[in-house]
Amino acid sequence: MYAFDIERPSTIADAVAALQGEDAQALGGGQTLIPTLKQRLAAPSKLVSLSGIGEMQGVCVGDDGAVCIGGATTHATVSREAAAHYPGLAALASHIGDPAVRNRGTIGGSLANNDPAACYPAAALASGATIVTNNREIAADDYFQGMFSTALDEGEVITEVRFPVPQAANYQKFLQPASRFALVGVFVAKYADGVRVAVTGASENGVFRWAEAEAALSANFAASALDGLTVDADGMIGDLHGSGTYRAHLVGVNTKRAVEAAS
Amino acid sequence: MPKDSGIGASPKRREDLRFLTGAGKYTDDINIHGQTYVHFLRADVAHATINSIDTSAAATMPGVVHIFTGADFEAVGGIPCGWQITDRFGEPMQEPRHPVIAHGTIRHVGEIVAAVVGESLEQARDAAEAIVLDLTEKPAVVDMKAAAADGSTKVHDDLTSNICYDWGFVEENRDAVDQAIKDAAHVTTLELVNNRLVANPMEPRVAVGEYSRSDDMHTLHTTSQNPHVIRLLMGAFVLGIPEHKLRVVAPDVGGGFGTKIFHYAEEAFCTFAAKAVNRPVKWTSTRSEAFMSDAHGRDHVTKIELAMDADNNFTAVRTETYANMGAYLSTFASSVPTWLHGTLMAGNYKTPLIYVNVKAMFTNTVPVDAYRGAGRPEATFQLERVIDKAARERGVDPIALRRQNFVTEFPYATPVAVEYDTGDYEATMAKLEEIADIGGFATRRAESEAKGKLRGLGVNCYIEACGIAPSNLVGQLGARAGLYDAATVRVNATGSISVMVGAHSHGQGHETSFPQVISEMIGIPEDQIDIVHGDTSKIPFGMGTYGSRSLAVCGSAMVRAAEKVINKAKKIAAHLLEASDADIELKDGQFSVAGTDKSVAWGDVTLAAYVPHNYPLEDIEPGLEETAFYDPANFTYPAGAYACEVEVDPDTGKVTIERFSAADDFGNVINPMIVSGQVHGGIAQGVGQALLENCAYDEDGQLISASYMDYAMPRADDLPFYTVDHSCQTPCTHNPLGVKGCGEAGAIGSPPSVVNAVVDALQSGGKNVTHIDMPLTPSRVWDAMNNA
Ligand SMILES: Cc1cc2nc3c(=O)[nH]c(=O)nc-3n(C[C@H](O)[C@H](O)[C@H](O)COP(=O)(O)OP(=O)(O)OC[C@H]3O[C@@H](n4cnc5c(N)ncnc54)[C@H](O)[C@@H]3O)c2cc1C
Repeated sequence: MYAFDIERPSTIADAVAALQGEDAQALGGGQTLIPTLKQRLAAPSKLVSLSGIGEMQGVCVGDDGAVCIGGATTHATVSREAAAHYPGLAALASHIGDPAVRNRGTIGGSLANNDPAACYPAAALASGATIVTNNREIAADDYFQGMFSTALDEGEVITEVRFPVPQAANYQKFLQPASRFALVGVFVAKYADGVRVAVTGASENGVFRWAEAEAALSANFAASALDGLTVDADGMIGDLHGSGTYRAHLVGVNTKRAVEAAS
Repeated sequence: MPKDSGIGASPKRREDLRFLTGAGKYTDDINIHGQTYVHFLRADVAHATINSIDTSAAATMPGVVHIFTGADFEAVGGIPCGWQITDRFGEPMQEPRHPVIAHGTIRHVGEIVAAVVGESLEQARDAAEAIVLDLTEKPAVVDMKAAAADGSTKVHDDLTSNICYDWGFVEENRDAVDQAIKDAAHVTTLELVNNRLVANPMEPRVAVGEYSRSDDMHTLHTTSQNPHVIRLLMGAFVLGIPEHKLRVVAPDVGGGFGTKIFHYAEEAFCTFAAKAVNRPVKWTSTRSEAFMSDAHGRDHVTKIELAMDADNNFTAVRTETYANMGAYLSTFASSVPTWLHGTLMAGNYKTPLIYVNVKAMFTNTVPVDAYRGAGRPEATFQLERVIDKAARERGVDPIALRRQNFVTEFPYATPVAVEYDTGDYEATMAKLEEIADIGGFATRRAESEAKGKLRGLGVNCYIEACGIAPSNLVGQLGARAGLYDAATVRVNATGSISVMVGAHSHGQGHETSFPQVISEMIGIPEDQIDIVHGDTSKIPFGMGTYGSRSLAVCGSAMVRAAEKVINKAKKIAAHLLEASDADIELKDGQFSVAGTDKSVAWGDVTLAAYVPHNYPLEDIEPGLEETAFYDPANFTYPAGAYACEVEVDPDTGKVTIERFSAADDFGNVINPMIVSGQVHGGIAQGVGQALLENCAYDEDGQLISASYMDYAMPRADDLPFYTVDHSCQTPCTHNPLGVKGCGEAGAIGSPPSVVNAVVDALQSGGKNVTHIDMPLTPSRVWDAMNNA
């Protein structure tokens, strides 16, 4: 890596101030950023570690019943502390990477990075979550803007993510055999006012909602409601691990399985 | 009752204590006062002319000690190839120069273009970024068949084509085989790919070069499976350093799987540069560098035809293979698709006529060389896949078809030059049927189908030639080295023993199993015996560890040396007991005079050897230390039968291995636990090849599976609990321990059974799929199902 300075603020305000410096960058769990630095693919002058900020840690339930997760909360913490409130979300967190990744990597880092094969974006979009930053609240529908691209501004910090709790939900992750990220991941969440289905891993535009499936499932929350529905293979990722056609097919399979498993 | 020591016992591996508690001493743990660090600037294009390299700005950067380019290595030799192949027209293979640092031309992504030696690694890396390359890119040669075509871009302009050699074996049989295939009642044809693999030992390669001006001594610490081979190749062929001025040390090595056999440019560089800058020079490979600089494995494209008579007796086998050499010839690259592959095409069967054609191709990719099994997995895979396809085409049971064609009488001279000394293929097949519960398969299939899954059973046999190798034979075949091994048994005054061996242990457990043999011979506890390996200044000139040779060849040398020690010790004992040598017996560490109660302990005899106050000095020398070199009379031929059961998810194409059974005949077994472990690891790598691992290049010669993000290694949950058995034992007839070698069997024997099982599963689901190329990833299986 190139040399950099590091700061470890203990409040959001100090972190935001520290991030004003030129080429300063937030450091969550470092599970994406540190490998990037090691490969010398990024050269921040300063890293601002968010791991010492108490107000960005942990899981709680808000007055409206939503599960609120601090932006610097690790996947391992979510898998433990959200289990009682939002089991589908906790289960997703428990299958990200390996124990080392789960004990370092954070929800804020994952959502800020918006890897097209990452898991959390599917949960956030399917849950209609709110991404809370140091200066605003962003609806998930407005937040994800394509592969590795989000509504965040330079220096903006995800301080919290609020997930409305669905009646039933499930995440089906079909593993990319090497990285074990999602080759295709589908998160289905059933709310009183309708079903939301978000797909990760598949599209060249990153995480997306599958509108036809949502309509069909909102009318009839059963796997059979999806019979005959397919997503278009155009615009799906094709690589060493599967063609666009295969990924489009897996979207259908995973969605059915998620509905069957949703509880 | 199982023994608790000596031959046949399973003491825990003593070396694991240090490996598992972080006390191992690996090459990267070696840090020498005044050491510098080298960062290699590696090519990021596959094929280019180097117009110029401007290091002037880089040379002035902080911490830079020296920058080397290809010009600095013009005067030294190229990296040599250890095996000369003669093609089917009687001509020697084409052998291009393999420079330490690219000079004039870049031929693969990852090739070293410049080397920055710095005070710290980060400084060296910073400076490397300031080196300015002026390149003219050329089209990359990637596809082997296209590379063979007239008019293809050449990887080496000074060669006549991209064909290293066009080898025919047995060339005299060519016409007879063609005729037999024409005359056959049935011919089954299969085209297949044996996928390119990256060895991925847990420890990446490391080299530390050191030079001492006071005695003009060079030392190379390196991650090698065979330090003497490196000393020979690098000293004699590359750098021109005489052996007595060059020491090569390979301390603990964290796995090799073949890729640490070879002599690499980085080793020659660190040795050369240490003298040039007069300071130690260290290189530690990153995992990314390992992907693009460790020799890869396999990469064959083959068409095989199996001819049968009307009764399904095999009458002939004909193969045509394109074998990828990569951009340069690595140490044993040329021997892998030829002598380690063609000679195995008889398999376990009495096919009378065999012809193997191999075109070895240069391409703009990383050199390809031996990887666990080396040539023998490629042979086994083709043969056992085509037999399975033939059984299906003929509507016969695949096990019965194999049985019908088994070699049953030994010794058996195959039509492909080797003679199997012993074996019992019926016994391992019967054992397999038992341990795999083949009879219960139908029930298990029904259970899987009830869950909506397709279940398949795949079986295959394998044979391998290991215990490499008789020197006179391999010399005739083009090897530029002998393949004997050596051991020195040094008995200390108080009776403990150090055995210096030419073999190198990097996961095989020699430190445990070799003492078991000595303990059995002498009758002293194993903890009185230590193995010393890995340092050319301590051990005799042995050839190292690969080709499942350590126990069969080096172990045999150790037995011979121990026999010499025992004979001498008996003379000393006879003197002490005032008896005749011929009457002395050694048992449980006691020498006794036959038929009397007179005896003397091992330790008293060894003490007498070193404190020879009462000693037959007129007849024998003091001391008790003997060396033996052992050159095997033949290869050894482990063989066995493997079965794999898979479930395929018809919705996704995902394959899961439900059961895996291996019945092996390794001859005599010294430590059954270690043997099981070797088979387990081998199967993991075979399953890895069959289902997961895929080293892929794009048409520009870019490595697209260049990290673990895209190169899938087998993980624990990809593998089932194996059932392995090595109770079928037909001891090798020509080495003193009757052992055959077990290190590669699992990797050789497992891929065909996995693929056979998947094809069987798909067929059971009504899909007319006859073959899928490895790795059988979910997407490939799904594509095959949906295109069938
Ligand atoms: C081996 C391995 C396996 C993995 N498997 C999976 C998987 O299966 N599924 C999956 O979804 N992910 C997986 N990941 C990724 C993992 O979840 C990462 O933790 C995550 O993508 C990034 O989170 P982080 O906290 O480590 O962020 P970092 O790496 O520290 O940062 C990533 C980016 O986010 C920015 N950032 C960090 N925190 C914030 C914040 N609070 N506000 C604004 N910006 C911020 C950083 O500046 C940086 O640009 C894997 C990673 C590894 C190494």
